[in-house]
Amino acid sequence: MTAPALIRVRELVNRFGSQRVHENLDLDLYRGEILGVVGGSGSGKSVLLRSIIGLLRPTSGSIEVFGQDFQHLSSVQRAQIERRFGVLFQRGALFSSLTLQENVALALIEHAGLTRDDAEHLARSKLALAGLPGEAALKYPAEISGGMIKRAALARSLALDPEILFLDEPTAGLDPIGAAAFDRLLLTLRDALGLTVFLVTHDLDTLYTVCDRVAVLARRRVLVADRLEVVEATDDDWIRDYFHGPRGRAASEAAHYKEES
Amino acid sequence: MTEADRPSQPGRIEHQAQGVLCFSGDWTLPHYAMLRRQVERFTDRRSTDRDVVDLSRLGALDTAGAVLLVELIGTEQLAHLQTWAPKLPAERQALLCSVADAVAASSPLESGRALPVRDFLGATGQQVESLWQQQRLLLGFIGQVLVVLARLIWHPSRWRLTALVSQIHRTGLNALPIVALLTFLVGAVVAFLGTTVLRDFGATIYTVNLVAFAFLREFGVLLAAILLAGRTASAFTAQLGAMKANEELDAIRTLGLDPIELLVLPRVLAMIVTLPILTFVGMLSGMLGGAMVCSLALDISAFHFLSILQRDIPLEHLLVGISKAPLFAFLVGVIGCLEGFKVSGSAQSVGEHTTSSVVQSIFMVILLDALAALFFMEMGW
Repeated sequence: MTAPALIRVRELVNRFGSQRVHENLDLDLYRGEILGVVGGSGSGKSVLLRSIIGLLRPTSGSIEVFGQDFQHLSSVQRAQIERRFGVLFQRGALFSSLTLQENVALALIEHAGLTRDDAEHLARSKLALAGLPGEAALKYPAEISGGMIKRAALARSLALDPEILFLDEPTAGLDPIGAAAFDRLLLTLRDALGLTVFLVTHDLDTLYTVCDRVAVLARRRVLVADRLEVVEATDDDWIRDYFHGPRGRAASEAAHYKEES
Repeated sequence: MTEADRPSQPGRIEHQAQGVLCFSGDWTLPHYAMLRRQVERFTDRRSTDRDVVDLSRLGALDTAGAVLLVELIGTEQLAHLQTWAPKLPAERQALLCSVADAVAASSPLESGRALPVRDFLGATGQQVESLWQQQRLLLGFIGQVLVVLARLIWHPSRWRLTALVSQIHRTGLNALPIVALLTFLVGAVVAFLGTTVLRDFGATIYTVNLVAFAFLREFGVLLAAILLAGRTASAFTAQLGAMKANEELDAIRTLGLDPIELLVLPRVLAMIVTLPILTFVGMLSGMLGGAMVCSLALDISAFHFLSILQRDIPLEHLLVGISKAPLFAFLVGVIGCLEGFKVSGSAQSVGEHTTSSVVQSIFMVILLDALAALFFMEMGW
């Protein structure tokens, strides 16, 4: 990877009171790659994501996005950069007072300047692309299942065709068929649109199927961020348990099996 | 990809000879509105779908553009994209195919237009029906709470004193200053009104009786109850509503516990304890406000005020006023909790039910107070 990094995190420190979440954390995200971020519960994956997208001001350290330091930008410039992000939150974070199609259309109306009719038309297609049936478009988030909320949230994060997609556990709560479809969709979009994806996940299958690189978050920093083979071979107790435990082995075998056939 | 240096060329459709549709330019979100108009024009004009489609000059393409292309070309033709556009890069083929699959899988929406008159009648009917349902539900819930209370009263070991005391602290102690201030001000206003009207008759001394009557019988309890309805019923609804939305109430039930016993009873009982106290404080504070106006505007000293009170106002007025407090407290608490149970998941629903709980409880308090006034008057109390 010789291309300049799209996101450069350097010496990031995050503290909440006396609790240290990140200590001198470095991470790069390159254009067009799918980076999987793994780590134990409470290892600060979501905190890292929130710091990068600017929802959380880090205690110290620098975060460069598109070559600009996020913390030293005016709010207008930040908003312009944020428009190039798509974010899928862990629990969807759909607006509960809007229907699904309005949820997706909101950004299209506000930022892309579409008329309501155009925006909702496009929103329905995006919902369909994310795997939702047509009649779901007029439902409210409270009326649909958790898996459907995830899909609708994906459709919303893709609304503006962002350059970087941040996904916080996108396949958690999806059935295996839906999760596999999600993986395929992610690959298709990445190939066709040149998306860059920052993927926080616990799903080993997703990790083996779609990720170009994997960053392991443990002991308050990134232990290793590299291709999966390199990460697997890293000599570390936690990594060994993670990738060579029963679940890790199964997912790895499944991935190899798929490649062979 | 969207950061290309050349200026973005809006996408175009050209109808070339021999029925060849040629697509060129960027099919991206910034040009969406214009592209959609073009696509609609071509969809109308397109007589047969035997046209040859040429995608070789296509510029940038994103999902918005892909959706439009799919709509124009049609999903059947895209199904064998490979055969007629083999030179299209594989990733674009994949994008078009997945969009085509998605569009084919989702059925179009039909939106029925309704008549305004029928809508109005329907909405009216729904309102009336929901009003009726609401009252039925309230009566049922009151019954449930009473049953749980009756069952629990024989088991002192299951009384939840900690929760009760905590609720009394929150609903009662914290509300004391605001109740005192508000009734003090209203007391002063009533005294001013009395002074203005009674001065013409030279009977300003009766201002004392007016303030005492008003606050002992009606205003003390009414103001305190309305304040609790606004302050506490809404808090109950929001608390229980958020718990309901977070499935905490279901969790309580699956643990074999009773949400009414755990959550509703401590709240309702706390209200029943605190409202009489708040009412008493309200009465005193209101009369204090009246006494202040009397001493400043009418030269009736505090000592004189007290002696008139002692001479003219029998204790039963205080009893009439305070006897209504537990009833109001029960209703306000029960309505607040019931509305919380009715919340259905969304943030908007929490808001709607909080509003509804305040409106309902204030309405009920005033309605009951009017009925009680009639009753007490007829009884000659």
